[in-house]
Amino acid sequence: MSRVRLRVSHAGPLVSFQDGGRPGHMRFGVSASGPMDRFGLAVANTALGQPTGATGIEVSLGGLVLECREGEVTFAVAGGGFTIDGAGVKSSGWTVRTLHAGETLAIRGGAWGSWAYLAFAGTIEADKWLGHTATHSMSGFGGGTLRSGDLIDISEAQIREDRIGDLPCPAFAKPDGTVHVVIGPQDQHFAPSSVESFLSTPFELTDAFDRMGVRLKGERLELSEALSIPSEPVLRGSVQVAGDGVPTVLLADHQTTGGYPKIATVLSHDVDRLAQMRAKDSLRFTAVDAAQAVALTRAQAQARRAYLEEIAKPRPSLNERLLRENLIGGVVKGDET
Amino acid sequence: MNAPTFKPVADCALLVEYGTEIDDEINRTVIALDHAIAAAEIAGVQEVVPALVNLLAVFDPLQTDHVQVEAAIRALLPVSPASDAEAAHHTLEVCYEDAPDLAAVAKACDMSAEAVINAHCAATYRVGMYGFAPGYAYLAGVPRDIQVPRKSAPVRDIPAGSVMIAGPQCLVTTIKMPTGWSIIGQSSARIMTGDPNRPFLFEVGDTVSFKRIRREAL
Repeated sequence: MSRVRLRVSHAGPLVSFQDGGRPGHMRFGVSASGPMDRFGLAVANTALGQPTGATGIEVSLGGLVLECREGEVTFAVAGGGFTIDGAGVKSSGWTVRTLHAGETLAIRGGAWGSWAYLAFAGTIEADKWLGHTATHSMSGFGGGTLRSGDLIDISEAQIREDRIGDLPCPAFAKPDGTVHVVIGPQDQHFAPSSVESFLSTPFELTDAFDRMGVRLKGERLELSEALSIPSEPVLRGSVQVAGDGVPTVLLADHQTTGGYPKIATVLSHDVDRLAQMRAKDSLRFTAVDAAQAVALTRAQAQARRAYLEEIAKPRPSLNERLLRENLIGGVVKGDET
Repeated sequence: MNAPTFKPVADCALLVEYGTEIDDEINRTVIALDHAIAAAEIAGVQEVVPALVNLLAVFDPLQTDHVQVEAAIRALLPVSPASDAEAAHHTLEVCYEDAPDLAAVAKACDMSAEAVINAHCAATYRVGMYGFAPGYAYLAGVPRDIQVPRKSAPVRDIPAGSVMIAGPQCLVTTIKMPTGWSIIGQSSARIMTGDPNRPFLFEVGDTVSFKRIRREAL
């Protein structure tokens, strides 16, 4: 156990501390925040033997470069398929490695995804708000946004040789352009043809994309009447349509109430995948009914759980692994080790 | 009060709606149902978000589903509108001196600034819902005489503690935000209390009134 001090040499916009989120305060105007891709943070933490919702760093496409000033610690990167350049070794995809004093770790956008999660085998010291470090971007409360020059301290830092190595990325973690929704709750305010075009025509993400939501581009969705509905509770995943007929999907730091009609609401797991898409990526909405939505979510949760259980197991220690590989490979005889 | 409608929201929530127009009795009924759901401790329900005419019951889809939650909520019906007598009351101190929009509100209402202040202080407000930003409690009950519409364009960087009005609603801001509402005073009341056991001053349904103080007392 040791102490680690990191210095932020570069942090793009929207790079922030996030834990699993602070649910339960929407009635006071506080959305849960937490990772844009909840599975990504869970993978990074689980791969290190940490609780799924431990504090990590959410890295945007703007990238993050850290210098290790003091100590050594094992880290994991998951979420989108970013490139990782640490201590002179360049890789891409999900991985677990160790960072030592004097080394630099750079995480930048890669083959796919908008958000990567950097977790450490240790405790990141970040400010809490309402019991959580998750950063609420609108207010800045919680652990906060990272800026160049900031220092990050990690207590109880560990080297986890038994965790080192690349992690496979399961297909269900990547966006595939299909986004499941339950229609409503205000579909009655739209012309029937609008609901039909919402489901039958593609939409593109625009670069009006932050932690509060992403604006889409596509067929204009006509309201059947000009109206203002009383402000009502909204969820992460609500697809609200403003008077201009353009849909916006609300994300992790959404406002808790809104007065625009919601044509549909995206299922929880699909919100994570949608958040990993990039501006100009195309998607299609597919409607399911409430019972199908619950069934899909349960199947998806089962797949996630099975994957996390697999990566939660420590790998054999490096020595054991080398020994086993050598024995399997028949390269080294027992008496030579 | 008519029975509410139930609408599924994604895989994990139900919207329970009593009406589509803002109405005092509807809001009180929503608040009563919110209390009833909290008391019932329905299995799998994680949080309830009350608003002006409806509430959202958010549940864990791995534990329950729309049908079960709807049945559990229907079993609590009907509920009688919550009365102010049962609600906690809060008196907030407000300094009305140098408020940026007080003169404009007075002019729009064709009354003196003094009369606007007196009307604002004489009324009792009810927390109809929270929304928009952390701790933004929408207080219903601005007297008709001093109701003004929202400004056509928002003004940036309005400081925390601003007391502002738009239509029948009043709000005390908690963080620096843009707003199109009219700022008629400043309060040192902390709606985000900093107390981990009670982080927000009001519960939805509580009543609020304002007491005028001098700048020196702020």
